[in-house]
Amino acid sequence: MANIVVLVKRVPDTNARIVVSGDRVDLSAIKWVISPYDEFAIETALQHKEAAGGTVTALTLGPSDADKVLKDAKAIGVDEIVRVWDESWNDLDSNGVQSALAQAITGLGAEVVYCGKTAADTGAGSTGPGVAERLGWASVSNITNASFDGGITVTTPVEAGSARVSVSGNAVISCDKGSMKVRKPNVKGIMMAKRAQVKLVSAEAPSSTVSIVSQSPPPAKPAGKKFEGASSAEEVARLLRDEANVI
Amino acid sequence: MTESVIIAELNKGTVAAVTAELVSAALALGTTPTVVVPCTEASVADSAGFEGVSRTIAVKGECFTNYDAASWAAAIDAAAPSGIVIAAATPQSKDVAARVAARRGLSIVQDVVAIEGMNLTSPIYSGKAMQTVALSGDAAISVRANVFPPAVSSTASVSVVDQSGDVATAVQDIIARASARLDVSEANIIISGGRGMGSPDNFSHLEKIADTLGAAVGASRAAVDTWEEIPHSMQVGQTGKTVNPNLYIAVGISGAIQHLAGMRSSKYIVAVNKDADAPIFAHADYGIVATWEDTLPVLESAFSSMMA
Repeated sequence: MANIVVLVKRVPDTNARIVVSGDRVDLSAIKWVISPYDEFAIETALQHKEAAGGTVTALTLGPSDADKVLKDAKAIGVDEIVRVWDESWNDLDSNGVQSALAQAITGLGAEVVYCGKTAADTGAGSTGPGVAERLGWASVSNITNASFDGGITVTTPVEAGSARVSVSGNAVISCDKGSMKVRKPNVKGIMMAKRAQVKLVSAEAPSSTVSIVSQSPPPAKPAGKKFEGASSAEEVARLLRDEANVI
Repeated sequence: MTESVIIAELNKGTVAAVTAELVSAALALGTTPTVVVPCTEASVADSAGFEGVSRTIAVKGECFTNYDAASWAAAIDAAAPSGIVIAAATPQSKDVAARVAARRGLSIVQDVVAIEGMNLTSPIYSGKAMQTVALSGDAAISVRANVFPPAVSSTASVSVVDQSGDVATAVQDIIARASARLDVSEANIIISGGRGMGSPDNFSHLEKIADTLGAAVGASRAAVDTWEEIPHSMQVGQTGKTVNPNLYIAVGISGAIQHLAGMRSSKYIVAVNKDADAPIFAHADYGIVATWEDTLPVLESAFSSMMA
């Protein structure tokens, strides 16, 4: 029996156009979704439970807006949904987020934690390893496969290709897309999710030492040179060597 | 002056070129860097001397035989002085930097592409926007390659610290990459194909050019989703790998927002597409409006004669 926690995060739909208004990204008209890699984490967590028995709890950090992604996770098949939040939190930095999540995970009595390799908003990939360190646990990141025959064995990229790594004891495992097919919510799941209650827990977060100064659109590129016809490829190759100096 | 700690980037057992760029990043922050080199043989650190670096520490430990995040972070933390921690924004170094930061109760800012005083800029939303943050104290940061000029090498004054950590994971076996070609995440030049390539077999034309240039072969999400033969490990884009090589050649790729998110920060972009209105051309430094069938042989012969 395993007490499994899966971390999920609410992010803007990855197909959405990101608009900057003033010096902040304007997210008022955005559709929100579970961060795509978190779906692989949910799938891996559910497969772990099916192999070993136990429960899967989806945990998120955020205000009540974030309940929707917990309900989405419930519809896919997790057992419990928990949100950690304190109304005084505002723009937590990574230190604050990881501290709060680690406290919530300890409170839930988890033995293993799954999360996406990065969240689609920051793309940082710090939460999995950072939370593991705070818990004093092992961590394996960017896994592309997992099996649960007696313990946990994961496939993770290494310099030479990929390695099969076995994990003993408690661990935080971050999931890449890999070969797993994720299950989608079914009608029964969606009905159950509607009735499900989000459990709210609190935690202490240290004050931030990283603060947002501004957000801006990506720098515009000067217009490039456009050529017609395949024979221009010779000229482009020459420009790459003589003008761009990249060959 | 504030201290900083650079975690040297290793590639096939030697100090990778990006380490010299991290030194420039440390100097841009107004810090005096110490370079720490995780290793099993201290001689590796001999090449980790740079102008502006006060000292180089070879952290020599059994745990560095294979990558294990917990033991690496513990050993590096024990051997390194305090200060701003700086690592390369590669998957492994971002991972270990996140653990070192958490171990020291620091925040971390990943994928830094610009430094101005204590203000750091990173892409967010997969490069659809940029975010600048201010540090008010020590932190850990990871810095993207090809952003800062490399610092000048100098003789390293290496001190060796024997320091290992408790390894919590065990490598069962390693499955070597089928191809000797570089992975897109580590290549300076990438040539990628999209659904416009028509069939997965046609990727052999991209491979030929890749081998001429020592480049990696990538693919768009459309290509990966359409053809089983094109593995997800080749995918460049928001749900694939984010890359910023010196040169990115997009062939038969229309330039969906998904794909642009993963490659728009490349230094130079070349687009080959028969559709003159393809969105990729708006991001290309050099665009060629033609079919790949006609264009690739011309490119290949031009590159071959340059490399000869």
